[in-house]
Amino acid sequence: MTLLDIHEPGETPVPHARDDVAVGIDLGTTNSLVAYSSQTSPEVLRSGRDGASLVPSVVAYLDDARPLVGVDARNQLLENPDRVVSSIKRLMGRGAGDLKTLAGTLPYQIAEDPDGGDGANKSDRMVRLKVAGRTLTPVEISATILDHLRERAEQALGKVVTRAVVTVPAYFDDAARTATRDAARIAGLEVLRLVNEPTAAALAYGLDKKAEGTYAVYDLGGGTFDISILRMHMGVFQVVATGGDAALGGDDFDHVIAEKFLAERKLKHGAESLSSEEVKLALATARLAKECLTDQDSGEWHVEVGGVTTQHVLSQSELEAAIAPLVERTMEICRATLADADVTAKDLAGVVLVGGSTRVPLVRSQVAALFQCEPLSDINPEEVVALGAALQAEALTQGSDMLLLDVTPLSLGIETMGGLIEKVVPRNTAIPVARGQEFTTYQDGQTAMAIHVVQGEREMVDQNRSLARFELTGIPPMVAGAARILVTYSVDADGLLTVSAREETTGTEQEVSVKPSYGIDEDELATMLRDSMVHAREDMTERLLVEARVEAERALLALDSALAVDGDLLEKKERDNIETGVAVVRQAMQGDDRDPINEAVEALDEAVHHFAEQRMDRGIRDALTGVTVDQLDENMKEPT
Amino acid sequence: MNDSQSSDGSASAREATETACWSCDGTVDVRALFCHTCGKIQPCRPTDHFTRLGLKPQFELDPDELERQYIGFQRRFHPDRFATAPATEKTHSLQHATALNEAYAVLGSSQSRALHLLEVHNPELKNDASTTIDDPELLILVMEMREALASAETAGQIAEVIDAATEAIEECQSGLTKAFAADELDLAQSLAARLSYLDKISDEARLKARSHLN
Ligand SMILES: [Zn+2]
Repeated sequence: MTLLDIHEPGETPVPHARDDVAVGIDLGTTNSLVAYSSQTSPEVLRSGRDGASLVPSVVAYLDDARPLVGVDARNQLLENPDRVVSSIKRLMGRGAGDLKTLAGTLPYQIAEDPDGGDGANKSDRMVRLKVAGRTLTPVEISATILDHLRERAEQALGKVVTRAVVTVPAYFDDAARTATRDAARIAGLEVLRLVNEPTAAALAYGLDKKAEGTYAVYDLGGGTFDISILRMHMGVFQVVATGGDAALGGDDFDHVIAEKFLAERKLKHGAESLSSEEVKLALATARLAKECLTDQDSGEWHVEVGGVTTQHVLSQSELEAAIAPLVERTMEICRATLADADVTAKDLAGVVLVGGSTRVPLVRSQVAALFQCEPLSDINPEEVVALGAALQAEALTQGSDMLLLDVTPLSLGIETMGGLIEKVVPRNTAIPVARGQEFTTYQDGQTAMAIHVVQGEREMVDQNRSLARFELTGIPPMVAGAARILVTYSVDADGLLTVSAREETTGTEQEVSVKPSYGIDEDELATMLRDSMVHAREDMTERLLVEARVEAERALLALDSALAVDGDLLEKKERDNIETGVAVVRQAMQGDDRDPINEAVEALDEAVHHFAEQRMDRGIRDALTGVTVDQLDENMKEPT
Repeated sequence: MNDSQSSDGSASAREATETACWSCDGTVDVRALFCHTCGKIQPCRPTDHFTRLGLKPQFELDPDELERQYIGFQRRFHPDRFATAPATEKTHSLQHATALNEAYAVLGSSQSRALHLLEVHNPELKNDASTTIDDPELLILVMEMREALASAETAGQIAEVIDAATEAIEECQSGLTKAFAADELDLAQSLAARLSYLDKISDEARLKARSHLN
């Protein structure tokens, strides 16, 4: 396109930068955010409609239409509670068997396993939800939220977004991490890096507030709790130790409050059985009560079950008494993590608060007491993770001197005889890491060996999370104890594990390498990706429109600056032509169809052609003016 | 500065010293981290942890220098530097970063540093950390400390065990510095074994102190 080629002779044209941008995404249990950073100043991208930064992590499935996400979805809660899904992050990478261990009444309707498989398989399979006649996995539901965030970013930036840094709780296990990465893939995003939420928050503090020294990051979100101890020095962010609970968050406060209300009802009205819709509404009321009591001493709320409404009075001190055991649990984890890091509160330069649930006054006062200092919340605790993710996205794509060194949150082990676990990579090991362990056969002539990969801190296999089972076959028959089987665990910079096994004594090495799955197999994932392509085609039209507008805008800008410099070259008629062309482009840009935009830009390009040539001539003339032939020869010798 | 250049005692000095760059096919030194011709990152090749971090193969180590070298190398090799690079470069970066983390972890503890240095001196040794104690004096020391720890009830008593272990560890460390400097490898080996046991008791004592606190 001639317009874009216009530049001053001797001046380097703008390098052809990639048009797509990389954003940072905080995919939260309660709320999600997307942020963008350029020149290390990150900014949360807001809704074009109401300027809100938070997108409630809620999806509503109405008939046929595209699912609603965010505030629109949450507004459906009263009218269509059975079509609304929230807090889906709690189920990421969880098998149907894990649900039994999740405390409280779940506001989800779980789909029966269509394969009806045996007990063991059933719990290995990722849980499915039944929503408005559809059967959906948490990965798909999360992908819908991510897709919405991508669209918000594209609208806010006027650019195509294909790459992102996505944050995960530091304490997320391998299954939940892989599930998150796959959800992003389905949403059409390449994940540049999965970054731990507290580490992202530290990044924002380190770069923006120039924090230096050893800090603790206390991150209490809607459904997860993390505590990380980091050393921050000259752009190096080194995580020393991390701890947490992937199933403890502000949601649990809501559960405790709702249970309190329901217990009060029970005293008056006897036992009741609640539908999952009524549970959702009771939880929403509890949440409201919690939020009100942040800066209010007491209040009164109503709960309706089976058409009967009851009133419940709750004071701040009653709320605090109810949630105290949950807050204390986070304090215990903090103490253990400080010990893991081999530091005491006195060694810390400060403690940073992250996550919406740190607004709860009891949480703040307990954190202040444990760490013996006033906690920092200069950067909005609900936005700080997304801001850090955006900074990392910028660093990864634009280059940076910053260095982020994270650790494994949970030990990785292998099952040995008697259901015991041998740790291969202990928790708090710096990643990336690769560690090997040697095993041998225990029977004469044994040709295969079963390998069971587990994650967690407990001694026995069944108390930890099972990540993968596979078999190394083709071991040459030898006497028991002669084979040498090397099992290697490799964790990459995203915290994702690959396991390989190899028989080492024989020339014919057998090797297998597996990435743990989390209950969604490759075929299913392929189907989801295909389905998303169908939606993507609709999305693509939208995207091409965005691109066409961006392209047109750029052409107009280039023309403007060319006219400012060389406008005098134009005759009236030519100038009129160009101005008409510009008007046509501007008008086409208002529409929702990309073809007229592209056609208008092409027409304008045509109208500008002669002007562009004249500019080129003038440019060369200017460059030659006052240059002697000798000098010209001199110039010719040097390649430009 | 010049010392690290003249570390000529390397046993593999007679092996091939040059190879072809995977990217541009130009000649590169086998020890090169980046190609001199095209600038591309080179595969991570096996070497000892000292060489990996550009440190002298000796027992004495300034923790600040270890930190500086480690961070300096990670700044160049970490996968974050190659997030948008082609797959081959990503793989090389991942392997370099993994090896740097391993080197940092091994050299960071005096006990594993001693064992590694023994391996550097004698590659046949291969870390056969024997589980039995054949040094009678060590046997008695370990048993005494274990008994003291088992019968310690107050925080003060536990702290006494920790202090005794720390003192013995420091003594062991200065012994190792001298033994390696004098090239007395047998002595170094028995001191390294001693250090392993003392580290273990020290860890147990700290654990007990911690659970005592809660
Ligand atoms: Zn090269």
